[in-house]
Amino acid sequence: MVSYRTPLSRARGLGSAKHGVGHWIGERVGAIALVPLTLWGVFAVLRLAAGDYAFAAAWIAQPLNATLMALLLGVSFWHMHSGLRVIVEDYIHQTLNKTALLVLNLFVCVLAGALSIFSILKVAFTVGAS
Amino acid sequence: MSDAAKAGRERPMSPHLSIWRWHITMASSIAHRVSGVALYVGALIGAGWAISLAAGPDSYAAYKALLGSPLGLLVMFGLTLSTFYHLGNGIRHLVWDAGHGLDVKSANASAAFVFAFAVVASLAVWAIAFMIGAV
Repeated sequence: MVSYRTPLSRARGLGSAKHGVGHWIGERVGAIALVPLTLWGVFAVLRLAAGDYAFAAAWIAQPLNATLMALLLGVSFWHMHSGLRVIVEDYIHQTLNKTALLVLNLFVCVLAGALSIFSILKVAFTVGAS
Repeated sequence: MSDAAKAGRERPMSPHLSIWRWHITMASSIAHRVSGVALYVGALIGAGWAISLAAGPDSYAAYKALLGSPLGLLVMFGLTLSTFYHLGNGIRHLVWDAGHGLDVKSANASAAFVFAFAVVASLAVWAIAFMIGAV
């Protein structure tokens, strides 16, 4: 069968995977979101460090606090997954080790993110709400 | 991959740490990575806080006591420094990404500013923490 594609057309797309820019932009969008969230987080840690369990539970039951805390932790885990991924890709060049570390990084971030957000919602919906 | 590439011919490498004279933009770049890795651990400590809160009053009190111990306070102070450094230098990176402040003079000045900001902001937060009885 005769191919009607030009040599240039066949060569195109054989270079980069063309999705690297998505990682780069994702890391920066997370960074922008984390600027206000981190400043709020410092304020939150100061409040929580001065209080006990009952205070923390009542505090996290307020919708704004629960939402911002879940976002702070969620966006942090998203951003640190991107960051550590770049570090692994920069320093680890052995394919098997690199793949293992990238998968471990992803699993740790997703597990810690899911656990912390579920924990916040559990306290907000049960203990703190009563 | 071709056989020639598999043979592992020595590729030229860019100069590493030992080649360069230390300068402030280099220190600020390394500190950004180091503080980022420290905050990775810090976020896991934050996740531990949420999990201990969900586990009940006893585990929450134990977790708070751990963070309030001398070692815990040292870690928290390191995390405060890392937070403000990574925050300030992250904004510096965002400004660069927008195409501003990339000349050597601006980059040196902003690096010094971010280091100073991290120290001053951390000391201020800990002063507030002592005043409100959070420590």
